[in-house]
Amino acid sequence: MELLIKNGFVYDPLNGVNGEKMDIAIKDGKIVDKVNERKARKIDASGMIVMPGGVDIHSHIAGSKVNAGRLLRPEDHFKDFEPKTLVTRSGVGYSIPSTFTTGYRYARMGYTTVMDPAMPPLEAKHTHEEFNDTPIIDKASYPLLGDWWFVLEYLREGKIEECARHVAWMLNATKGYAIKLVNPGGLEAWGFGHNVKGLDDQVPYFCITPREIIHGLSKVNKLLNLPHTIHVHTNNLGKPGNYVTALETMKCVEDLALENKPVIHITHCQFSAFKGDDWRTFESGAEEIANYVNAHSHVTMDMGQVIFTDTTTMTADGPFQYNLYELSGNKWVNHDVETETSSGIVPFHYKRKSYVHAVQWSIALELALLIKDPWKIFMTTDHPNGGPFIAYPKIIAWLMSKKARENTLKKINPKARARSLLPSIDRELGFYDMAIMTRAGQAKALGLKNKGHLGVGADADIAIYNFNPETTDSSKKYKSLRKAFKRAAYTIKDGKIAVKDGEVVKHVEGSTMWLDVQTSEPVEITEKMKRRFKEYWTVEYENYPVTEHYLEVSRQIIVKADV
Amino acid sequence: MITLYPKKEFKFPTIADCINPEVFQNKKLEEIARLSIWEGNRQKKLADLFNIEETRTENPSGKEVITIKGDVGKVRRIGANMKDGEIVIHGNVGMHIGEEMKGGKITVYGNAGGWAGSMMKGGTIEIHGNTDDYLGAPYRGCSEGMHGGKIVVYGNVGNEAGAHMRKGIIKIYGNAGQFAGFRMRDGTIYVEKDSEGRAGACMTNGKIIVGGFLESLLPTFTIDSVKDKVKVEEGETAQGPFYLFLGDLTENGNGKLYVSKTKNPHLSHYERFL
Repeated sequence: MELLIKNGFVYDPLNGVNGEKMDIAIKDGKIVDKVNERKARKIDASGMIVMPGGVDIHSHIAGSKVNAGRLLRPEDHFKDFEPKTLVTRSGVGYSIPSTFTTGYRYARMGYTTVMDPAMPPLEAKHTHEEFNDTPIIDKASYPLLGDWWFVLEYLREGKIEECARHVAWMLNATKGYAIKLVNPGGLEAWGFGHNVKGLDDQVPYFCITPREIIHGLSKVNKLLNLPHTIHVHTNNLGKPGNYVTALETMKCVEDLALENKPVIHITHCQFSAFKGDDWRTFESGAEEIANYVNAHSHVTMDMGQVIFTDTTTMTADGPFQYNLYELSGNKWVNHDVETETSSGIVPFHYKRKSYVHAVQWSIALELALLIKDPWKIFMTTDHPNGGPFIAYPKIIAWLMSKKARENTLKKINPKARARSLLPSIDRELGFYDMAIMTRAGQAKALGLKNKGHLGVGADADIAIYNFNPETTDSSKKYKSLRKAFKRAAYTIKDGKIAVKDGEVVKHVEGSTMWLDVQTSEPVEITEKMKRRFKEYWTVEYENYPVTEHYLEVSRQIIVKADV
Repeated sequence: MITLYPKKEFKFPTIADCINPEVFQNKKLEEIARLSIWEGNRQKKLADLFNIEETRTENPSGKEVITIKGDVGKVRRIGANMKDGEIVIHGNVGMHIGEEMKGGKITVYGNAGGWAGSMMKGGTIEIHGNTDDYLGAPYRGCSEGMHGGKIVVYGNVGNEAGAHMRKGIIKIYGNAGQFAGFRMRDGTIYVEKDSEGRAGACMTNGKIIVGGFLESLLPTFTIDSVKDKVKVEEGETAQGPFYLFLGDLTENGNGKLYVSKTKNPHLSHYERFL
């Protein structure tokens, strides 16, 4: 099928296109130079913004943890439900929508690629089952490897190459996309009811420190030539004073940076940028983090914006979630996944009038506005931890309009308002910056070659928003900006029109992307490893790997490793 | 004043959010007749299920009064989210009556289903018959219980009355089921007669008064003192003597559970701890 998008204001940062009026031609799901104008179906995008489809680098949308959250919160469902239409299925859930609804809601906002950032390898099959049921968007997942016993043992013994081969096998076995570290070392300690306090604490029984894990896996990442860097949720997350830990985490891989290429991604950085000694002296550490990131080029990060709403926090960081449960007194689930990782879920309500919550809201925006280069910081809410992803249009408005920020500032806790840096920041992002932070930058950081741009050969994932940047001032008319980004005029997935005027009009399958990491010699699974499976796991080794036929639409990405 | 007469005996669960004084206010009879209502999986009009009559009376407040005459035991969510006005029901009524109501008054001369006054924030509900489980309790999984207002039941109630309660008062002049005041944080629950036990489980604050027999007291409550009388609300006092227990200690709670001394001789062994 041929498609021609005519006369839109195109924002395509990876190709340096900044708001030029252009036509985009699509053929067979790819972007092409030109199509037969008479035969092609035409979309009149005059007066509208055309961007590549949105890419989300970090959003918890599938897997056992998300599903446990759904079970824990029936009250999250009855207030937010969508009846079925001729095209879509019915669904429920505000902060943790059901699989189909997740796909539809992302597509309505013009998003076409979403990465689930935490997959316990043991639950990989479940994660892929839910991916299969999430339509329209392309998906991938990062297996949690920072507290995996084999990795800890290899790194302790300094066997980097063996570790790399093992990680390659893991990525293939779980059909994962990148190496994820959550509170490295801390989750293993959580199995014994402890945590680690800093980068140089020993992990109990393993004689290894978080610093060694981060540095080691970063080296592994390089040896394997993975498209994305290591994806790190720092130690001490959510604790006052933890900006120091975040800075140390970034510093500890400085020596691996080559040619100004990023080697580490700090995720939901807002939760790692707290200053102060306790919750009473709690303050924003955004300035220190931003200064460091502005001076170095080996780091990318995402915001983890807090939205004032009722949401569900869920991370693999079991000890953090336990602390949060003790703080809030809410109901909770906490879990230690055998030999691999842990997890926790606590419902949470971010309130405008709460000093701590209001400061958290301010930190993420400060980070995004103080870091000069938009290629280094991306827009997320760490869905659903900071807030549900349907709040993205709100964040776009805050980033693009000082007026929108001031209007929210008026309503927040007065002490937090007095201490916030936001009133002194005049920066207002433009559509070009926004396109970087919501799609191009994220796709580049993920190493997705066919996504996040509109060059010839790219996947025809395109979002069209009904907002005229020539006639309407985005900084003043932030409400219509919000409206435009909430309901895309068109979302085109693989060259098919999936959404029109904010409604899903066609069911399109999204694919599941995974890395096929090819090492010089195939990884052999030793008898020792099989024996350990028998000893430590509740599943047999043979049941562990996810085979390719398990994925409904599989998209294999081949990576040649250096080992 | 609008009077609704059910046209037939209801066979299917019916959802009637539209029976709400605010929705009816300033609407002509024809407009009211066209309001949509769900019967089972069919969307219908109010006039399909009810005969609607308008009576002109002198109403000094100007607020709409809705009267339902007949059995609406399968009709749910009557008066949900209402802020003003009055609903009077002569007959039984279904689940979720007055859900999340913020003001106004509902009177039921009959029995009410489960979740009556669920998550309500203000106003009054008076039920002259019995009610089912979850009186004033929130939807499953939700911890945002009753935030204010008043519920009076002259008959018996089921289990978990006033669960997750934050504020307001529930008065039960009959018996209560198990787990009255489960996880309550504040507010008052008064049970004039017997309670089936486990009253105040996981409560952290607030006040529960049991005037009759309490089947069993949770072991996580500690005795504080014996009181002669307890204030239920302004102008109403329950005559004792009452044992005052504090709990629930598993939640580090400081809730007050008053249990009648004369009706509960099996609790007398607690007196030696005084």
